[in-house]
Amino acid sequence: MTQPNEEISALPPGAGSARLDLPELYQCVHCGLCLDQCPTYRVLRLEPESPRGRIHLVKAVAEGRIEPNQRFAEHLDLCLMCRACETACPSGVHYGRIAEAARALLGPPRWPGRALALLCFRHLLPYPTRLRWMASVLRLYQRSGAQRLASRLVPRRIREMESLLPAVPARFFSPSSEIFPALGERRTRVAMLSGCVMSTLFGAVNEATLSVLRLNGCEVVIPRRQTCCAALNLHNGETMMAKRMARKNIDAFLAAGVESVIVNAAGCGAAMKEYAHLLRDDPEYAAKAERFSSLVKDASEFLWELGLALAPRRVELRVTYQDPCHLAHAQRIRSQPRALLRAIPGLEIVEMAASDRCCGSAGIYNLTHPDMSQELLREKMQAIAATGADVVVAPNPGCMLQLDYGARRYGPKIKVLHLMDLLGQSYGAAGPA
Amino acid sequence: MAPVRQPDAGASSAFVQLTETRRFAYAQGRFKFFASGLFSFSARFVKPMSRQDLIDELKEIVGDRYVLSAKEDVIVYEQDASILQAMPEIVALPADVQQVSAVVKAARRSGVPIVPRGSGTGLAGGAVPAEGGIVLSLARLDRILKIDLANRVAVVEPGVINLDITKAVAAQGFFYAPDPSSQAACSIGGNVANNSGGPHTLAYGVTTNHVLGVEVVLSDGEIVWLGAMVPDAPGYDLCGAFVGSEGTLGIVTKVAVRLMAQREAVSTLLAVFDDMDGATRTVVDITAAGIIPAALELMDQLSIEAVERGAPVGYPRDAAAVLLVEIEGVTEHTQRAMNLASALCARNGAREVKKAKDDHERELLWKGRKGAFGALGTITPNYYVQDGVVPRSQLPRIMRTVADIGKRYGLRIANVFHAGDGNLHPNILFDLRHPGELERVIEAGAAILRACVDAGGSITGEHGIGLEKKAYIGLLFNDQDLEAMARLRQSFDPERRLNPAKIFPSPAGCGELRVGPARMPAGLWI
Repeated sequence: MTQPNEEISALPPGAGSARLDLPELYQCVHCGLCLDQCPTYRVLRLEPESPRGRIHLVKAVAEGRIEPNQRFAEHLDLCLMCRACETACPSGVHYGRIAEAARALLGPPRWPGRALALLCFRHLLPYPTRLRWMASVLRLYQRSGAQRLASRLVPRRIREMESLLPAVPARFFSPSSEIFPALGERRTRVAMLSGCVMSTLFGAVNEATLSVLRLNGCEVVIPRRQTCCAALNLHNGETMMAKRMARKNIDAFLAAGVESVIVNAAGCGAAMKEYAHLLRDDPEYAAKAERFSSLVKDASEFLWELGLALAPRRVELRVTYQDPCHLAHAQRIRSQPRALLRAIPGLEIVEMAASDRCCGSAGIYNLTHPDMSQELLREKMQAIAATGADVVVAPNPGCMLQLDYGARRYGPKIKVLHLMDLLGQSYGAAGPA
Repeated sequence: MAPVRQPDAGASSAFVQLTETRRFAYAQGRFKFFASGLFSFSARFVKPMSRQDLIDELKEIVGDRYVLSAKEDVIVYEQDASILQAMPEIVALPADVQQVSAVVKAARRSGVPIVPRGSGTGLAGGAVPAEGGIVLSLARLDRILKIDLANRVAVVEPGVINLDITKAVAAQGFFYAPDPSSQAACSIGGNVANNSGGPHTLAYGVTTNHVLGVEVVLSDGEIVWLGAMVPDAPGYDLCGAFVGSEGTLGIVTKVAVRLMAQREAVSTLLAVFDDMDGATRTVVDITAAGIIPAALELMDQLSIEAVERGAPVGYPRDAAAVLLVEIEGVTEHTQRAMNLASALCARNGAREVKKAKDDHERELLWKGRKGAFGALGTITPNYYVQDGVVPRSQLPRIMRTVADIGKRYGLRIANVFHAGDGNLHPNILFDLRHPGELERVIEAGAAILRACVDAGGSITGEHGIGLEKKAYIGLLFNDQDLEAMARLRQSFDPERRLNPAKIFPSPAGCGELRVGPARMPAGLWI
């Protein structure tokens, strides 16, 4: 008798299958309920571009039935990692972990932009100072007139990529101190992630978050030694670097002696809640990571649990809410941001169709897969336009960049705000940052 | 090598011996297969067309992107939601009926089998290409073409998702009645092929009761309409014959479905039992009392555990069984029937009867039920679902038999099923990586089906025969019955290239059929 177990362990050399020996793979029973929730499947209707299909492919690699070759990699790469399939899955399969493990296995660069991205992941994101330096160069480029000149010279494709970028703001988020006392009665002590993109391109959102937290009785620590959350590294198979960054963050945040770690970027929050999984085999850090992950809270999740100490003031606006994938699907946070919006008097909240479908931003996906990304963005902008809203709220920097670009490219002319922006506005917040 | 099991009349009739190399003659012997090695599938196209020529021709018809032939692409199409696998050589995804017809013609010229596929959510291997060839995915034919509320008809393409029809007409107060548990993913084309049912079959009937007509591509590529837009078309009911034909008579490209008006009131309750017997007796009592619920669904302790582990909805984990009762109609009737049903639950020992307070609670109760199959992944790596039917009055007895069979074979069986129809879904839980377990699973499954037939029932309620149950069709039909069916099939598809090796208990079958993720013992297949 051919032993099934022998079959499975008979793997091709170098397939790295040991690393793909995930229990999650066998939790998928192939029922197909994920298909219609997957943005790439909805567009292409090809099963290799569906969650079930990708899991089947990873399983086939793990069993040595196919090689982890270019074609396999393309299917994994086309995935947005939005994890809408996890919401749809009745078996609770952690698709994200499967895809991350497969990407880690694939490792080296494939698509042309990937080398650049890796440079970015390895040498830019982990170093806040370098990142700021880069952003300053970019700001100079945008403001000096060089951009206008370049727009006449460079090819269209690069111009389009460049147009994804918003204007780099005049000021980065540079907190004046490491500890900010609560304004009013102190209710708890929390730490805050500055974030790499957040602190360079959305400094104002961080300032708003800081004020909103303080106004609600939080003493806020912003550890100096923190680094980028490593979400982009993880999604792109850069596990080693991701672990290093995770350990650095764990040290920085646990040293702060706080009750919660507040994150205002959905993608970063999702990644940091997964540190426990990422470092589960690290003898020194496994327990620490477990503790750290249990402290991580999205800003909306945290504020809703804590309860607003200060009643928001009236803001007359018609808003619609975009569920960031890594909030709705990865962290299962849907009601809290909406509840906070409802707590602001004067806001008219209009739900858009399929608010939890990916806008196509997906980290650097809009750069690596522009066609799919644009297709999803077009659809998203139509859904937003149908609400007639003045503002779309999307508490994640990737979504904010993408929707802002979408508004410029496809319309409607709509303002993109973070939930913390709106709350801050409502408080008329001007706490010292 | 595995000891080859000989087919015998009993449980292992499911196994049919397969020789190392088998030659198949389709269409005057133009097509030859080799089982090259045990686990790699390969087929060779001989005259008049090479494999590459066929691929090129298909690409011209449907576009490069929509013809898949690399192993890293087609392997995804080797399985549906059952546990059977066989690799297609080519997958083609046409965009409209003309392309479907052209693909069928091209396949015919090269004598290659065609296996239609919708969303691949079938549970009987119906979309598994048992003899290789082309998988024709209808996923791109996904438009709702017409909604005619005055006549209560919608015309849709086969790739449209079942639930999307209801979504498209819900605001106007209508719905499409057949609601398989996979309705958020399964396609109408697949529903037509399998004559699918669902929890609400009890009140509204199965797919065939809701399909007025179908446009199909026949095996020679001709496009015809069967049935009509109005009920009661004269002549033979070919549309009726087509629904449930599992892709063996033609390929459906448009479906005219009946739309129903939403009921004034819907009421749902969850009754919690400490023993299965009380739950099944309640089902018998409710229907005997003259109440026709819209749905009457039962889940046992293992299924509850799976749902609560996967995507919890708040079913009590310590219950032996929960019964979902849904009643629709005018408000007064609904209330009266609900009170009576609650009383019957209590009389049979329900420890708790909980009525859904609002739509949200109702949706939650259903979400658990509809996700139950998929949720089994939380308690087992593999499951083998049976689809037997018994007369309702036999429910208490058959459920005891199922439990006994589980004990006898040392296997866990999770039951989640359409109790009101007497349609069982015993899911036999197992792990393919454990040697020898699969054989016991198949024997236990056969024992359950035989018990259903002995109780005056049937081997399938709604999942179809596909590959998985064809060995058992003889329990239900004699040779003359099967011969008559084969003749009908013959008149539609004389070359037997449309979804070959399905439904009929022929030994014909080749290529490699595996039970994933580990292989079937050598020389054997279901």
